[in-house]
Amino acid sequence: MTLQSFVALRETRAPAASAVAPAAAPAAPVITNVSRRSFLEVLGLAGTFTLMAPFAAGAYEPYPTGGEGMPRGLVWDPKVFVSIAPDGTVTITAHRSEMGTGSRTSLPMVLADEMGADWARVKIIQAPGDEPTYGNQDTDGSRSMRHHIQSMRVMGASVRQMLEQAAAAQWGVPVGQVEARVHVVVDKSTGRQAGFGELAKAAMDLPVPAIKDVVLKPESAFRYIGKGNVPLYDMKAIVTGKAVYGSDVRRDGQLYAVIARPPVYGGKAKSWDAAAAKAVPGVVEVIEVPGTPAPAAFMPMGGVAVVARTTWAAIQGRGKLNVQWEDGPNATYDSAAYHEEMSAVAAKPGKMVRNQGDAEGALAKAARVVTAEYYQPHMAHTSMETPHALAIVKDGRCECWAPAQSPYAVRTDLAKFLGLDVANVTVHVTLLGGGFGRKSKGDFALEAGYLSKAMGGAPVQLTWTREDDIRHSYYHTTSVERIEAGVDEKGKVVAWRHRSVAPTILSTFKESDLQFAIELGMGLVDNPFDIPNLRCENGPIKNHVRIGWFRSVSNIPRAWAVQSFVAELAHELERDHKELLLELLGPPRKIDPVAAGIDGELWNYGDPYSVYPIDTGRLRGVVELACEKAGWGRKMAPRTGLGLAVHRSFLTYVASVVEVAVAKDGTVTIPRIDTAVDCGFPANPERIRAQFEGAAVMGQTLCFHSAVTFKNGRAEQSNYHDYEMVRMTNYPRQVNVHIVPHPFSVPASGVGEPGVPPIAPAIANAIFAATGKRIRDLPIDTDLLREA
Amino acid sequence: MAIKLNVNGRDVAVDATGDTPLLWALRDVLNMTGTKYGCGIGACGACTVHMDGKAVLGCVVRLEEAAGRRITTIEGLDPEGNHPVQKAWAQLGVPQCGYCQAGQIMRAAALLAEKKNPTDAEIDEAMAGTICRCGCYQRIHAAVRLAATGV
Repeated sequence: MTLQSFVALRETRAPAASAVAPAAAPAAPVITNVSRRSFLEVLGLAGTFTLMAPFAAGAYEPYPTGGEGMPRGLVWDPKVFVSIAPDGTVTITAHRSEMGTGSRTSLPMVLADEMGADWARVKIIQAPGDEPTYGNQDTDGSRSMRHHIQSMRVMGASVRQMLEQAAAAQWGVPVGQVEARVHVVVDKSTGRQAGFGELAKAAMDLPVPAIKDVVLKPESAFRYIGKGNVPLYDMKAIVTGKAVYGSDVRRDGQLYAVIARPPVYGGKAKSWDAAAAKAVPGVVEVIEVPGTPAPAAFMPMGGVAVVARTTWAAIQGRGKLNVQWEDGPNATYDSAAYHEEMSAVAAKPGKMVRNQGDAEGALAKAARVVTAEYYQPHMAHTSMETPHALAIVKDGRCECWAPAQSPYAVRTDLAKFLGLDVANVTVHVTLLGGGFGRKSKGDFALEAGYLSKAMGGAPVQLTWTREDDIRHSYYHTTSVERIEAGVDEKGKVVAWRHRSVAPTILSTFKESDLQFAIELGMGLVDNPFDIPNLRCENGPIKNHVRIGWFRSVSNIPRAWAVQSFVAELAHELERDHKELLLELLGPPRKIDPVAAGIDGELWNYGDPYSVYPIDTGRLRGVVELACEKAGWGRKMAPRTGLGLAVHRSFLTYVASVVEVAVAKDGTVTIPRIDTAVDCGFPANPERIRAQFEGAAVMGQTLCFHSAVTFKNGRAEQSNYHDYEMVRMTNYPRQVNVHIVPHPFSVPASGVGEPGVPPIAPAIANAIFAATGKRIRDLPIDTDLLREA
Repeated sequence: MAIKLNVNGRDVAVDATGDTPLLWALRDVLNMTGTKYGCGIGACGACTVHMDGKAVLGCVVRLEEAAGRRITTIEGLDPEGNHPVQKAWAQLGVPQCGYCQAGQIMRAAALLAEKKNPTDAEIDEAMAGTICRCGCYQRIHAAVRLAATGV
């Protein structure tokens, strides 16, 4: 997920006049929490409209979100996003990138429904990277619907009102006498009608109503919002092979390139055999790509490129380069030894990041103390489409096509890297063949730009092979999470100390061996348990690989640890897991982050705490719902079991109950998963279900397969044969997604990421129920599950 | 030296060496980009096409092996999307990012051409070579079943 503070770090390096991001302090990463800034102040910064004027009767008053605090905020102007042709075709601009969540369909769908457009007459066009025009485009952090649903509704309603005004003026009747229906405006007294196309010019020439004068539709009038009846806009293109991803852009005379990159983080090429590569038929040129010393943020890592007539020739040529590398200081990195190092750090006190009550004292006095340590290795995103980009750089201009999650960041980085004016750089956004956080980083587009420039402006398509993708990723952090719980004589958990040790994402931007508020806020300091003495610590560790965010980010190791540990405690205390979990969650309440002793401010995913508090009632609700649907407590056959986990992330509450069957040889199959989701107002329940079905598979994959390990600084895995995925031979056979219904007044929260974290601990807890074997290290070694 | 192929019913001459994988000839020489690269080692199935009606992996079939054979790609399955597998995919909302779906659809179409009504196990076995990182497997299974039983 791209996090506004990262962008803030970027902004402080290359200040933009229009930036509204909170700046990072130079010494320590101080995160300005948007939640603590007043809504008025945020709106004032964004300068789009004012709340000072009184609202009209029934007018919409938006609730505040972190969207306004993102770089270049939100744009509420329908003239930017909507046009209506004389034939009635409504064209809506999608400004967020489509990587599989469906946001390119769902956001325009919200606008279309609110304005009264017939979906069959809607066309979607994709915005290029242009945040000054469209507002923030950083498609990350499960933010698209959460931050943009209100502006989409308001813009749709504005256009509807403009169409009604135009019709009323045309007919010379009061506006109250006309009403927009499906793609027409009707005169209620005479029944005469005018199509949206006929009214388009007059309507779109009218001033846009102030937000205080915009009245939204009643929810009962929705035709698409909340219905799940709108198919993916790109469905036909996808099933007929016509959809264009980053890898599919073709331009006359284009060349194809791959790059040999340093196998060790921070290394560089010393020598290579360009002649041997050029001897391969189809190879055109061999070019050194300069690297930027780490921490290099999203600048390319450098290496030696082979440019050829086909990708295949480029790959063959690269095979002949025989590059000699200067490895640098990370050449001794060994991930197994690093695991031990992290464990040693976690055994000692770390930096206090939350201190409620007196956990140390309570642990010392406890009748018993239960301790466990959990591990999660590095992982790579491996979206099915590897990073790709095509660039044409000539005559002082750059035109780039990229599957970019954050196209405006790519544009500004391209300008900086190539020494061009941002105004002379265009970034077209293709479909993304998966993203998962990897495509938030624009390094691959910069590589393509550099090579096109070096080739005199020829179009160059840069391909990362799968080997490149796994060996040179922005890896998901590796982590040790150690938890100790103190239990009193009555069996009540009275103390909890959680130490987290993991190399930080921040290290990709600046030297740092401690995690920062964003990482700490993903399941560590935001622990919702009703335990009087609760302490969280973060021990220091230096990174040796390039770290980046991966779908769900630090929530993965945190849910893995916390939700496994609760099941361990239940076993120790001879309690039912669900019953103990509900007891730990405590009575329904909204947690007070100040009383909770959180050091500094709670990140809260960049959103205002008043709008999105930690609500234990909603956590309890999804636990009850998932358990009820799964039949928690039912009698299970030998070597089968149910496992439970709950986690709040990206402001959404998710509980999963997983059913497993463990064969005598240790093979684990998953007949069924029941996931309960409370994501506030569900705008497109059909795509929400798809996200949670898919998250179950990704959670299963990381539970059983995902580990990028390192020896001598080099990644040991390279492709799907040794970095395996769940396939159709072992996928969860039935994933039931149960969405908690809410009206629009319960703010929509994230859905792209929150489904992943509960899956692995729920699987491990189910395995324990089935076999009595407790697994604490990911990925699960199924040899440990063989029947003795 | 050009190699002659028959792709989607059309004879074409491809100017590439005989050891070039069919995948790259399709994508980079013929500019037919519906067939996707995913791994290059025959491990993910994204490049699945039909050769004389059978599903093959475009990244491991060499041009010299494909010469004179009947190649069908996603672009040729049914350009209007009316093949039962395509219709089932749309009806059940299978894709998320959609990138692997050409390979999934070509694999499913080959399975159903061979076996009108496969068992659940046969569906999963046939589709196991084709990875979906978005995790659409449950819907893929259901869509193959739907295509088999009538859309």
